[in-house]
Amino acid sequence: MIYESLPVTQFRSGYTLNVNNMSEPRNYKTEAIIIKKTKLGEADRILTLYTPRLGKIQAVAKSIRQPKSKMSGHLELLTFSMVSLARGKNLATVTGSQTINSFLPIKNDLKLTAYALYVIELVNQFTGEHIEDHALFKLLLDVLEKLCSEKNRDMILRYFEVKLLDNVGYRPQLRQCVSCRAQLKPTINSFCPGAGGMLCPDCKHINHFCYPISVNAVKILRLLQGCNYNTISRLKINTELDLEIERLLRIYIKFLLEKEIKSVSWLDTIKKQAEKIQ
Amino acid sequence: MEVNVSNTADSVNRLIQEFAKLPGIGPKSAQRLTYHLLRAPKEQVLALAEAMESLKNNTRLCSACFNIADADFCPICRNNLRDITSICVVEQPQDILALEHSGIYKGLYHVLHGAISPTDGIGVNDIKIDELIERLKNAKVDEVILATNPTLEGEQTAMYISKIIAPIGIKVTRLARGLPFGTELEYADDVTLSRAIEGRQEFK
Ligand SMILES: [Zn+2]
Ligand SMILES: [Zn+2]
Repeated sequence: MIYESLPVTQFRSGYTLNVNNMSEPRNYKTEAIIIKKTKLGEADRILTLYTPRLGKIQAVAKSIRQPKSKMSGHLELLTFSMVSLARGKNLATVTGSQTINSFLPIKNDLKLTAYALYVIELVNQFTGEHIEDHALFKLLLDVLEKLCSEKNRDMILRYFEVKLLDNVGYRPQLRQCVSCRAQLKPTINSFCPGAGGMLCPDCKHINHFCYPISVNAVKILRLLQGCNYNTISRLKINTELDLEIERLLRIYIKFLLEKEIKSVSWLDTIKKQAEKIQ
Repeated sequence: MEVNVSNTADSVNRLIQEFAKLPGIGPKSAQRLTYHLLRAPKEQVLALAEAMESLKNNTRLCSACFNIADADFCPICRNNLRDITSICVVEQPQDILALEHSGIYKGLYHVLHGAISPTDGIGVNDIKIDELIERLKNAKVDEVILATNPTLEGEQTAMYISKIIAPIGIKVTRLARGLPFGTELEYADDVTLSRAIEGRQEFK
């Protein structure tokens, strides 16, 4: 499936895309968040853009690594821009860009940058190209804005992870045992990545890869699944509980992707360093 | 990039293929260079071959600054006219060339050989940060100039280094003016770089 282009005039109207329709214009424009960049040749880059209507797309930005490039600042990682593209034989080429939000508070802060890089890496890993997902775009934008303005950063990440999993179809079952379907009792149950949710004490033997999870951790995870950010923004949980939830979500995400998220180790380095300084 | 090879001598083809692997050289240029060398005097061609061999056999990294060197120390570290109280931290050896070309900086360098790039899996231990800290502990350095690229990776690297240098108590400055965000130092022109060095500011 290739959604190649989107006419500028129809961009805002929720127009359904024609696949491979040759009558569509060569040039189009889209809002985009830059989620990955790769060097190409001596001065170019291949950018991965997450857009509201085209999903994840890749485009070549020519000469962007030269100082005279007028576009480079507008196409840096973690920037929300209006990007003009020209359809190409293989990849589209960026012909212009204008920053909408550069998320400056993130870029001025080492720790926030680490958080945000983790966010965009997850989005990149969980999405395929050319699959429209407006809700995910909205979530990504929302989380980057919240990282700029809110203090509760770890909770923002947990919120993002849970909502992302919902969005990409891996919402874990947290209310009943995935094996016997019994309602979970307020006791130490087990989280099983392979089964996509919780196993009760009677069923935990069916899968060896399961992890005991505290009653409070399950409560928080359920809360995260069921609410919008405002509800949990005032939520204050202790470090131990946060670490437990962080660890479980990481295990689950690693299981789903079948690989490590690279930016995790940097995130941990920075967190440790911040603790040392305090 | 494929070069049409069917009707040409093997040795000629081989060189065309090798040239075509180089950055900025397409199949046409690769052919032109090859035929140029074919017609050139033998000594000139052998000198080129020898220079390329020597590039690989006789170079190493400077034991002090990790610049490219042909002895234990690079020409800059060996030059006793340089100001040893100042260290300019760059991402790659090519950045030194650019800065030296501007002629405005007289101190020493430290080459990190990369920048922290978490999503590519490049962290603190993959570049020469520990080596820099060791060097700062053992030498009389008054100022560290962070000249990493003004990209997200370069900025992060600069922020991180400035944080870990802070306890040592050395003044840290950062190239600031003149370079647009999102570009790379290697491609900057002299004017831009001069302004960048003159306009450096304390990095917090
Ligand atoms: Zn059960
Ligand atoms: Zn040296």
